Amino acid sequence: MTVMTHGQTTGVLAAAGSIGAGTAGIEISNVNLFYGTNHVLKNVNLAIEPGEFFAFLGPSGCGKTTLLRLIAGFNQADSGEVLLGGKDIARLPPWKRDVGMVFQSYALWPHMTVARNVAFGLEERKAPRSVIDEKVKAALSLVGLESLADRYPSQLSGGQQQRVAVARTIAVEPKVLLLDEPLSNLDAKMRMQVRRELHDLQRRLALTTIFVTHDQEEANSICDRIAVMNDGTIQQVGTPMELYERPTSLFVANFLGTANILDGTVSGSGATRVFEVAGGGRVEVPASAVISPGAKLVFRPQHVRLAAPGEAGLTGQILNREFLGAIVRYGVSLGTSEVLVESAFGSAGDLRAVGETVSMAISPERATYLTA
Amino acid sequence: MTIALDKPRAATRQRIATPGQIALAGAIAVFLALFLVVPVVTVVYVAFTEKGSGAFTLINFADFARTDLFITSFWNSMYVSLMTVALASMFALPLAYLTTRFEFRGAGMIQALGFIPLIMPPFAGAIAMQLLFGRNGSINLLLDDAFGFKIPFMEGLNGVIFTQAIHFFPFILINLSTSLRNLDRAMEEAAQNLGSHGFRLFRRIVFPLAMPGYIAGASLVFVKVFDDLATPLLLNVKDMLAPQAYLRITSIGLADPMGYVISVVLILVSVAAMGLSAWTMRGRDYATVQRGGGGLAQRRLNRWESAAAYGVVLLILVLVLAPHVGLFLLSIATVWSFSALPDGYTVAHYGRVFLESSVFIKNTLLYATLAGLIDVVLGVAIAYLVLRTRLPGRQWLDWTASAALAIPGVVLGIGYLRTFYGVKLPDGSSLASFWMIIVLALAIRRLPYALRSCYAALQQVAPALEEAAESLGATKYRTVRRVVVPLMIGGILAGFVTSFATAAVELSATLMLVQNTSDAPLAYGLYVFMQSPAGRGPGAALGIIAVLLVAVCTLLSNWVIERSQNKRSGK
Repeated sequence: MTVMTHGQTTGVLAAAGSIGAGTAGIEISNVNLFYGTNHVLKNVNLAIEPGEFFAFLGPSGCGKTTLLRLIAGFNQADSGEVLLGGKDIARLPPWKRDVGMVFQSYALWPHMTVARNVAFGLEERKAPRSVIDEKVKAALSLVGLESLADRYPSQLSGGQQQRVAVARTIAVEPKVLLLDEPLSNLDAKMRMQVRRELHDLQRRLALTTIFVTHDQEEANSICDRIAVMNDGTIQQVGTPMELYERPTSLFVANFLGTANILDGTVSGSGATRVFEVAGGGRVEVPASAVISPGAKLVFRPQHVRLAAPGEAGLTGQILNREFLGAIVRYGVSLGTSEVLVESAFGSAGDLRAVGETVSMAISPERATYLTA
Repeated sequence: MTIALDKPRAATRQRIATPGQIALAGAIAVFLALFLVVPVVTVVYVAFTEKGSGAFTLINFADFARTDLFITSFWNSMYVSLMTVALASMFALPLAYLTTRFEFRGAGMIQALGFIPLIMPPFAGAIAMQLLFGRNGSINLLLDDAFGFKIPFMEGLNGVIFTQAIHFFPFILINLSTSLRNLDRAMEEAAQNLGSHGFRLFRRIVFPLAMPGYIAGASLVFVKVFDDLATPLLLNVKDMLAPQAYLRITSIGLADPMGYVISVVLILVSVAAMGLSAWTMRGRDYATVQRGGGGLAQRRLNRWESAAAYGVVLLILVLVLAPHVGLFLLSIATVWSFSALPDGYTVAHYGRVFLESSVFIKNTLLYATLAGLIDVVLGVAIAYLVLRTRLPGRQWLDWTASAALAIPGVVLGIGYLRTFYGVKLPDGSSLASFWMIIVLALAIRRLPYALRSCYAALQQVAPALEEAAESLGATKYRTVRRVVVPLMIGGILAGFVTSFATAAVELSATLMLVQNTSDAPLAYGLYVFMQSPAGRGPGAALGIIAVLLVAVCTLLSNWVIERSQNKRSGK
């Protein structure tokens, strides 16, 4: 498997950032979309900066692909605006949008060679033959597939097909690049490699890119910002770290990584506020924390420390233990619920035994309080 | 010790095939040899040997090439076949594209109506077509009255082309529609995304991807028309190859070599046409590269587009259904000649048909049912042997059975006559005149369809289902009976219906083989009736009965298939 040629910005495409130069931001405002009576996109608002690597992340059926297809022009919004580089494109047909899309199935035309697939968009734009040849070559070299130009799609591996699909799309130098679950048809090993290649390519081209995925690891590892979606709405937009550290909803907290969520009530006031956990025990609340009524305590498993019983914290009993290599994950009972606790693995002697009673110390500043 | 020695041997033996499977394969091989290979080889042999001496010779082919009538016939057959493909494409392309591409009210019905021509013997329609489109047919009489000119729709070869196109265009429609519906929608969207739309999109992406379906349908139409005997005969066109073969044998006799030479030419052209279509389609099995499916995105038509589209569809459907309407009118007409519509109406033809000719109906039901049964039994057996055993040479059964597709009916008929004429039955009569021979000819002719259907059905049965039955103690035979066949039943029924329906209206081979009117099937009776003006009414009534017979059986089995599928999917 050839790896993409790093740092090699030869060819007309990448030279002088010809693609990045024409790239544009996207603004989506108040977009609603129905399939019959099914409200698929609910008042979506989003601004994507030029040159940004952006992800739509969410479970299947959340509307992320619908939103992507809306930008490409394959879905029509029932209301709202879609601006590309400040211009409303909502009424333009797909072929007039200059929005490049890489399909989940790649959609390579089996009756055309790799080179002819890549040339297609340029031919449709009535580019002169010499320009087409040059750009096809450049696009293929960008994805490291020059040598396979005369093959047919059926003669390529999944990873190669995926790169041809990317080359075909960037050859027309679109204003934005849309990637619909581009890694879903690849095996686990290829997925890691291709996602790094996509990241490098995006950086080199500085092309506004939207990446649709249901896999948080994919989004976290390569995207600048992520819009987490659920049930047709945008839950939260932010950098991967912001979303992880400061989720604004229980859905986001749960969807990005593992989170412990505990019911309880706030008592006291000012600097002496504490959160009384429903299963027993209390957690200090920093003075700066804003807690709405009915909020739940949310914290990550690695932000809990196991201590000897009697020390400050929530008391529980170890229900199960999983050794995961670098870390050990404990399930600790607390009332009727189970709290996950992750500790770095030191040595076998440090491990707690199942059935042991322990105290769980939660870092107050790492905890958040969310209502929904 | 003995156990240890026996075990590997038993295992090896079982891996190849059980004795039962070997016996089954042997029986099928003998059947195919007797009723397909030997008759065809006989025809070829006679064509290449000197009459009397039996020495190898090419003189017969030289005679063929030197005879103007044969050369003209050859080119006429070519011309008619190609033009039929062209005209059938003109019917099929708009119907397929409009109904799959756009939100089209009644798309399902249009597709269903498109099938109707297939269930009528084309030659039955031919007479009705004469009355509607002929020189003094309804349309031309109206045209003459209104504008003072006539269009030679049915003159000479035109009539054959027109009739055949209307009959066979569903082959293109079905294949092309399936191709279009199986397109990965993303293929089209990717092109739009890159700036393509409208006709360019169709020309560069949609049509090339649907091409395999089109070629499959078109080559089938070409071969069918090239080999067809009855339609040209009924339209009184004799200078085509298949009619020439028939006429040589029936008028000059079984010993005349020219019928055999023409047969060889017919086979060669069929094989060449199929080979050509396979060659153009090689490496184009696009289904494997297209993952998504879903077909073209369906667009809504605006009012004018809609009106235009319905106009086109309606015009084609009227044309295509004209023979049926004409045939029906003819079947209830007192006199219909030199007038746009019949002079009066009667049911007397039906009465006459039921009184005098119910033997044709009975024979047809018997023959088509037997042929269908033979086909599905052979189809299941061959599919099973090919897909589930390692019997050496098992592929040959499949190839041989499928090769029947390239053997024109008239050739098979001639082959049967020549091969079985000398074989005497216990009562002293010739085997060639025994009615069962007609059934066998029909079964061999339709076997490829039933086989493909059974083959596809068995491919969808996971071998693990059989292994589960075997591991629970079922023998191979009981596994087939209790697990495999019930799971294949949809495909088996579909195969039976195809064989039954097409066998019920087949005439090419039977025309050669019917020796006794009392043994004749409906299609033959119809043909005989249609020869005389007085017989046209009853002939048309017989045609309508044939259409109804086939339609009812098809609907019935569709209903059975759907019910069994619904039961399985828990609906």
